[in-house]
Amino acid sequence: MSARDASRARTRQLSLFARLRESRIFQGVALISPANAYLFFFVILPLVMIVILSFLSRGAYGQVVFRFNPGNYTRLLDPVYARILVYSLGVGFGTTVITMLIGYPLAYYIARSPARQRSMLLFLILVPFWTNFVIRIYAWIMILRGGGLLDTFLQWAGLTEEPLGLLYTPTAVMIGMVYEFLPFMVLPLYTSLEKIENALLEAAADLGAPPWRAFLRVTLPLSVPGMIAGTILVFIPAMGMFVLPDLMGGAKTLLIGNVIRNQFLTARDWPFGAAASMILMVMTLALTLFYTRRAGFSEELLV
Amino acid sequence: MPGKYAVELRDVVKRFVTPEGRDLEAVSHVTMKIRNGEFFSMLGPSGCGKTTSLRLIAGFEWPTLGEVYIDGEPQGHRPPFQRPVNTVFQSYALFQHMTVFENVAFGLEMEGASKDEIRKRVGRSLEMVQLIGLDRRHPKQLSGGQQQRVALARALVKTPSVLLLDEPLGALDLKLRKEMQLELKALQQRLGITFVYVTHDQEEALTMSDRIAVMSQGKVLQMGPAVEIYERPTSRFVAAFIGEANFLDGRVKSLKGGNAVVTIPAWGTDIAGLSTTKVHVGDEVAVSIRPEKVRLTDAPEAVKNCLEGTVSTSTYIGSDTHIYLDVRGQRIKVWEQNRTSTLDPRSLYQVGAKAWITLPPENTLVLARE
Repeated sequence: MSARDASRARTRQLSLFARLRESRIFQGVALISPANAYLFFFVILPLVMIVILSFLSRGAYGQVVFRFNPGNYTRLLDPVYARILVYSLGVGFGTTVITMLIGYPLAYYIARSPARQRSMLLFLILVPFWTNFVIRIYAWIMILRGGGLLDTFLQWAGLTEEPLGLLYTPTAVMIGMVYEFLPFMVLPLYTSLEKIENALLEAAADLGAPPWRAFLRVTLPLSVPGMIAGTILVFIPAMGMFVLPDLMGGAKTLLIGNVIRNQFLTARDWPFGAAASMILMVMTLALTLFYTRRAGFSEELLV
Repeated sequence: MPGKYAVELRDVVKRFVTPEGRDLEAVSHVTMKIRNGEFFSMLGPSGCGKTTSLRLIAGFEWPTLGEVYIDGEPQGHRPPFQRPVNTVFQSYALFQHMTVFENVAFGLEMEGASKDEIRKRVGRSLEMVQLIGLDRRHPKQLSGGQQQRVALARALVKTPSVLLLDEPLGALDLKLRKEMQLELKALQQRLGITFVYVTHDQEEALTMSDRIAVMSQGKVLQMGPAVEIYERPTSRFVAAFIGEANFLDGRVKSLKGGNAVVTIPAWGTDIAGLSTTKVHVGDEVAVSIRPEKVRLTDAPEAVKNCLEGTVSTSTYIGSDTHIYLDVRGQRIKVWEQNRTSTLDPRSLYQVGAKAWITLPPENTLVLARE
C-alpha cells in the first residue's frame, strides 16, 4: 500500500467519524442514551431476569437450579394460591372503590374552594407522607387494637361495651389500605376537577340543568381522566401490598404480595416467587389496559 | 300577557366582598328598561358593571338590593335554570366532551323534549347559524368562529324570550368580527328576540344596537339610541368613550335657551355652543367637539368660533386625513375626508402651515364637568 493510499484511507476514516457526528440519528441516539441505559438496567434487565427465573427450579437448599420448570405457573392454579389471587383482586378492587367514594367528594370540595384555601387543603392531604409509612401503620394499630383509642372512645361515649376486636381482621387491612392510598386517588381527581371551568357549570344551569343534572352530565364525564389515573395509582400498588396486611391483618390475611415476599425471603423458592410476580404483573396490566380502553381515555392518560 | 319590557332592572345594587375583604359595589343603583324585541347593548370599560348586570339578569348573581324583572315577573332568587333567558358566554363554555349536536341538544334534553323534536330543532338551529354537516365534530375540532356559532345555536335552540350575549365576538379577528356583527343583527331582526349585548367595543355597540346604555363605575351614565349617544352625549365621559372628541375647559358666560356662550381661558375668547345638559351661568364646563365636525379652511371665515392655528402633524390614512393643530397652545384634532382623488401634495395640509378652524355652534356641546 502506498503512502497516498494510506492517507486517503485515513481521511475516509476521519470523514466517516465526522459524518457519524453530524448524523441526526446518531445525535438522537446519543442524547437519549442515558434514559435508555436507565430503562435497560432498571426495567428491562430485571424483567428479563424475573421471566427467566420464573421458569427455573428450586434446589434442595433453596438455591436456584438451572432446570426448565413450567410447574411454577401451574402451581399457582392450586386452590390455596388461586384463592389468594382472587382475594387480592378483591382487596385491590375494594380499596379502589372506597378511596374513590371518599376521595371524589373530598377532591370536589378542594377544587371548588377559594384559591387561597386550596393549597392549604392540598398540603393537608400530603402531610401524612412526612411520616414513615411503617410508623403510620403503627399509629393505626394503636387506634384499632383491643382497648386502643377507638375502643376507649366508643366505650367512653357509651356506644359499645365490648372491645370491637378490629385489629388483625380483613376490616383492619381495608382501613389501612384506604388510609394509605387515599391521597393517590384525591390528587389526580383534584387535577381534573380543578380544570373544569366554572363557566361550563353556569352554561349547564343556563340551559336548564339543575345542579345534580349538571354534575352528572358535565362534571362527572369531564373528571373521568382523573378517575382513571386515580384507579391506576391505587389499584396496582394495592394488589402488591404486603407490609400492611402483615402488620394490620396479622398472619391471617394473605395477599399475593405477601406470597411473593414469603417465597423470596422465607420459603426461599425464588422461581415460584418470580412466577407469582409475573402473574400479578400480567393481571394488573391486562386489567388496566381493559379499563382504560373501555373508558376511551387512554390517549389523555399518556400525556 | 308579556308586558312592554322584556327585562327591567329596578334600582339594582350588587355588592361583592373581594378576596382581600374589601366591599365592592359592582352595580350601583342601576335602573334599565329593555323593550321587547330590542337589540340593547351595555357598553363600558372593563370593571364598569356591565357583565355583572348581565349575570344578574341570567341569574348567576342575585341583587343585593333592587329587583330584576323578566317579562314583567320579579325574579328574586330564582336560579338560572328556571329563567326564560339563555346566555352566549365570552369563553363560549362549550362542553368539550360532547359533539356539536349534543351541545346544542343539551338544553332541549333538560326540557325533556322527545328525540324526534330534539333532532328537528337542533337541525334548524344549526342551519340558522350556518353550521351544517359539522354536528358530529367535537368543539376542539372547530375554528373560533365556528365554536362561536355553536354557542349561539345552543342558546337559541331553546327559543328564549331574551338572549344574553357577553362579549361574544371578543375572541374573533377583526374581519370575522365585522361579519358576525352584521349577521347577529340580521338574526336578531329575523327572530324578533330581545338581545342584551355586553361589549367594551363602542363601534360594535354603535353598529348593532337599537339602544345603548353607557356604563361606568357601576352606574348607567346615558341610555339611548346610537345617534343620540354619539351626537348628544350628556357627559364628558360618554363623549370621550364613544368616538373621539376635542375638549376645552371653560366657564359659562351666558345662557339663552339651549344656546350657551362659554369663556375659554386658555384661548382668551368666547365660544358659542349648544347646551344639552343642565348648566348655569358661572359653571365650570367642558366644551366638546368631534374632530370630523371641525371645519378647516385656508383663510379666516367671518363667522363665530373661528380661530387661527398651526398644523403640527398631518396623517394620511386613506379615506381621511387626520390633522393635529396647535390653536393658541391647545391641541385640536380635525378629521378631513379625502373627497377628491389627487396625488398633488399641495392638496394636503403641510406641517407648519397656517390654517383656520371653525367650531360650528350647533356641533359644539357644552357639558357639565364631573
